[in-house]
Amino acid sequence: MAITSKKTGGRARTGAGPGRRVVVLVATRKGAWLYHADAGRRSWRADGPHFLGQIIHHLVLDPRDGKTLLAAASTGHLGPTLFRSTNLGRSWQEADRPPAFAKAPDGRSVKHTFWLAPAHPDEPGAWYAGTSPQGLFRSEDGGLSWAPFSCINDDPDYRRWMGTEQDGTPDGPKLHSILVDPRDPAHLYVAMSGGGVHESLDGGRTFKPLLDGLDVVEGFDASQPTFHDPHCVRLCPSRPDRLYQQNHCGIYRLDRPGGQWVRIGNTMPKRVGDIGFPIVVHPRDADTAWVFPMDGTSVWPRTSPGGKPAVYATSNAGRSWQRLDAGLPEQQAWWTVKRQAMTTDPLDPAGVYFGTTSGELWASRNEGGRWSCLARHLPEIYAVETAVLG
Amino acid sequence: MNVLIPSALHSYTRHSQVEAGGADLAELLSNLEARYPGIRFRVLDEQDAIRPHIRFFVNGEQVRELSYPLHAGDELVIVQALSGG
Repeated sequence: MAITSKKTGGRARTGAGPGRRVVVLVATRKGAWLYHADAGRRSWRADGPHFLGQIIHHLVLDPRDGKTLLAAASTGHLGPTLFRSTNLGRSWQEADRPPAFAKAPDGRSVKHTFWLAPAHPDEPGAWYAGTSPQGLFRSEDGGLSWAPFSCINDDPDYRRWMGTEQDGTPDGPKLHSILVDPRDPAHLYVAMSGGGVHESLDGGRTFKPLLDGLDVVEGFDASQPTFHDPHCVRLCPSRPDRLYQQNHCGIYRLDRPGGQWVRIGNTMPKRVGDIGFPIVVHPRDADTAWVFPMDGTSVWPRTSPGGKPAVYATSNAGRSWQRLDAGLPEQQAWWTVKRQAMTTDPLDPAGVYFGTTSGELWASRNEGGRWSCLARHLPEIYAVETAVLG
Repeated sequence: MNVLIPSALHSYTRHSQVEAGGADLAELLSNLEARYPGIRFRVLDEQDAIRPHIRFFVNGEQVRELSYPLHAGDELVIVQALSGG
């Protein structure tokens, strides 16, 4: 079944059909690329580089209008900024006011914008941005100007839970996984590495931790948000009460209104484990999700276990997992896939895509049943997103 | 005064050297911002701190304070270190 949202005005589409095209948006450490195909997804045309040499952390096309494309950039040692295109990258306009914290005696400085998320369909032109260090920002004008959003940036508890830059990921602690309930624009989730998963029911005025059931590294107190490291959290568009999470300690599922995360990664093969960065969900089936496991043993190589890369999928909400490696290298492929570098498209069957830190872009047009390489020799891939147009 | 612009900021100025003025470094950067929107935030952060690896030299001397006074005829060089790979 294909889903087509009336909210999109028919411009960005979610179902397959004649004349539709899919574009894969690839953000890398040294620029951005767009890969275009028709809905059959057999032949791809590369468009790029855009912003060659600039660090592009995320590249997202607004599904509500099908044309607004935002790129989060931080160029070498220059301050971070955002660029906006309304013609699929033929021209770009820099944001007038990129995300920046309020000036204050103990004020922080945005190192880069890490995560971009369109707001609710009922709020056209509104976007959220998550930054490093952890901050939440909102734009009301399609990404041209941004302002600090909600209490989360300055609340003393949240500031404490965020820890310091020493507590964060190597390229900086970050706020990510900004999720908007498609039924309610005031219902938001965000995640922080470090700092845990948090929920707002009042449009971001207040947030509360959502951590029950999640493990933390042995020896630390799981009741303290600061010790939680959610790598990636996804909300199922077909069942917004279901969340999946790839965490530093495993793979979890949460079914609301319950508040207890359930570890579903325990059913992964023991030799593979359930450590990784990304997790993605099926556009129409809330029981189906994909992960890209990586080696989390000893010193945490964070590479494909045994040098044999595979995507694992569940089609029963995590009761079991299936290895999906047809077309991928059988050995000596020590891949790392970052948390934003895996995604799906909304076509039927769904496409699944991932990009490696070694610059390879892989795609499956049959939900992981078989993989093919779209591109090699790109810079380190930071993020992969898709959009369906036409 | 003459201001030398690093190549990473030529997308704003379109030139490697521009003329700009100001009573001090802060005012000069504000004036540059008015002419080349966005350029200030690339070299200063929101707390008015000079970004890491960005340096300002006035008449060959490194300047670390935005309140540093400037005079007609001074030359300002904005440097962006090219470290990293």
